[in-house]
Amino acid sequence: MKLPARAGIGLKPQHFREVLAVQPDIGFFEVHAENYMVAGGPYHHFLGRIREQYPLSIHGVALNLGGAGPLDEAHLDRLAELMRRYEPASFSEHLAWSSHGGVFYNDLLPVAYDRPTLQRVCSNIDHVQERLGRRMLLENPSTYVQFETSSMSECDFLAEVVRRTGCGLLLDVNNLHVSCVNHGRDVVACLAEFPLSAVGEVHVAGFTRDADAAGAPLLIDSHAAPVDIAVWGLYASVLARLGPVPTLLERDQDIPSLSELLAEAHRAVLLLTGGSQQHADLCLEGVQ
Amino acid sequence: MTGMLIAVPACMAPALLDPGHSTPTGLRTWNESDPARRLAVHRNNVLSSLIDALADTFPVVLQLVGEEFFRALGAAFVRAAPPRMPVLAHYGGEFPGFVAAFPPAMQVPYLADVARLEWLRVRAYHSADAEPVGPEALQALSGSGSSLDEIYLSLHPSVQVFCAPFAAVSIWAAHQGQVRLEDIDVNVGEDAVVLRQALDVLVLPTDSASTQFVQAVAAASSIAVALEAAKTEATDFNLVAFLATLFSRGAVTALELR
Repeated sequence: MKLPARAGIGLKPQHFREVLAVQPDIGFFEVHAENYMVAGGPYHHFLGRIREQYPLSIHGVALNLGGAGPLDEAHLDRLAELMRRYEPASFSEHLAWSSHGGVFYNDLLPVAYDRPTLQRVCSNIDHVQERLGRRMLLENPSTYVQFETSSMSECDFLAEVVRRTGCGLLLDVNNLHVSCVNHGRDVVACLAEFPLSAVGEVHVAGFTRDADAAGAPLLIDSHAAPVDIAVWGLYASVLARLGPVPTLLERDQDIPSLSELLAEAHRAVLLLTGGSQQHADLCLEGVQ
Repeated sequence: MTGMLIAVPACMAPALLDPGHSTPTGLRTWNESDPARRLAVHRNNVLSSLIDALADTFPVVLQLVGEEFFRALGAAFVRAAPPRMPVLAHYGGEFPGFVAAFPPAMQVPYLADVARLEWLRVRAYHSADAEPVGPEALQALSGSGSSLDEIYLSLHPSVQVFCAPFAAVSIWAAHQGQVRLEDIDVNVGEDAVVLRQALDVLVLPTDSASTQFVQAVAAASSIAVALEAAKTEATDFNLVAFLATLFSRGAVTALELR
C-alpha cells in the first residue's frame, strides 16, 4: 500500500477524539515514530482506531542516520515493532543526527556533505531498510550552518544516497526554502537540481524569521506558524513538475484547532487537484 | 587545513548544552557572518525543546514555581541529566530527585513530591494495556472455600504507589480544581495509588495501610500476607472496602490460587 497522492496532516493527541468523531475528509495522517514508542495507553488506543480508517505515515525524528557511530539497535527494534503493529503506508526519516556519545539532543542536527558522511549515511540507510524490510524516504534538512569539509551540494549528496541505497526522498519544501535563504542560494536553481524522481512525499510547514550576525535573514524551521506564501509557491512549482504527490502539512508548535489545520491543508488540496488555477497563480507569485 | 578532521557530531555535540563552550571549528557561513549566531539556533532548539518536554510531564510543578523559575530549573536539569534515549515520554525520571537537591527550590519543600507524583502519572498513562477482572472473580474464589493465604492478585501494569511526607496529593488535586488550596495543610503526609483505568489516569488518595497492602501485593504476596503488612500501619485496615476500590478502579487483572 502507498500513501495516496492527497493532502495529509500530522496527528496530534489533542485532536484524537475529534478525528474519530468528525472523520475529516483527509488523505492520510502522519505521526512521529518516537511519540508512540510507549508500551500502551491512549496513544496506541487512538492511533490504532485512526489507522483503521486512514492511511498512515510514520515519520521518525531520532534515528540518527547522520550520527558518528553505529545506529542504536534498541531504537531500531522499537521502530520495527511500531512498523509491525501499524503497517504504515510510508516510513520516513531525516538526513540529520540527533544523538552523540549516548546523549539524545532532540534536534535535527546538520551533517557535512563529504565522502565519509555519505558512506555512513548510506550504510545506515541500508541497515534500516534491511531491518524494516521496506524502502524508506529520506528528508532533506533545514540547515543554519555549513561545514568546511563539505565537498558536494546537498542535492548531489541526496542524489548519491538515492543511487546507492535505493531509498526514496521526502521533499520538505519548507526546508528547501529555509536552507536556500539561510545559505544565500537560489531556490529555483536548487529545485532544478533536486532529484525529484525519487520523491515519494512532500512536506509543507511554517518557519519563523530571525537574522544572523550580519543581519541577513535566518529562517528557523519552527513548525510554529502557517505555511508561508513563498513555500506554497515552491510547492506549486514542485507539483507542476511531479504531478500529484502525497503532501503533509506539518505543525508541531502552537498547534491550532483541527478545523484550522484542515483548512490550511485544503490549500494543498486545491493545488493538488488543480481545482483553482487562481490559487496556484497566487502561490506561484510568492516565489517570484 | 582547519576543517573538521573528526565527524561533525563529535565536534558539535559538546557545544550544544554547554553555554561556555567555544564555537566548534570547521563551521562556515555563506556571508562570512559569525557562525556562533547560527549555532545558537541549535543550542536553543536542544535546550528549549527538552525543557518543553519537562513542562509537558510536570505541569503542576510549573504552575507552582512559575514559567521563569521552571525554565531555569529545567535548564539546570537538562544540562546535568540530558536524555539518554530518544523517547521523551521516558525522560524526566530523575527530575524529582534533582528538584529535591536544587537549592533554589528548597523554599517549596513539597515540590519534589509533586514532581514524583506527576512522573508516576506519566508512567501510568503510557504503561502496558491489560484487561481488568471484576470483583466477581474474588467472590468465586472465596466462595470456593479458598483462604486468603492462597489467593494472589495480579495488578494492572499502571498501578504504582505514592507516599509523601507532604500533602502532595492534595496540592496536585488543587491544581486540577478538585480541592481548594487554602484547605490544605501542606505538612500532613499523604499517600495515593496511581493507575490508569481505560484511558484515564487516576490518583486515588489512600492511607498508608492501603499503600502497604498494594506494595505487598505488587511484591507477589498473598492477600493474607498483604493484609498483615497493611495492619502494621493500621490495625483497623478495612480489607473488604479497599479490595472493592481496587476492583472497581480496574486495578486487578488476575486472581490466582497457589
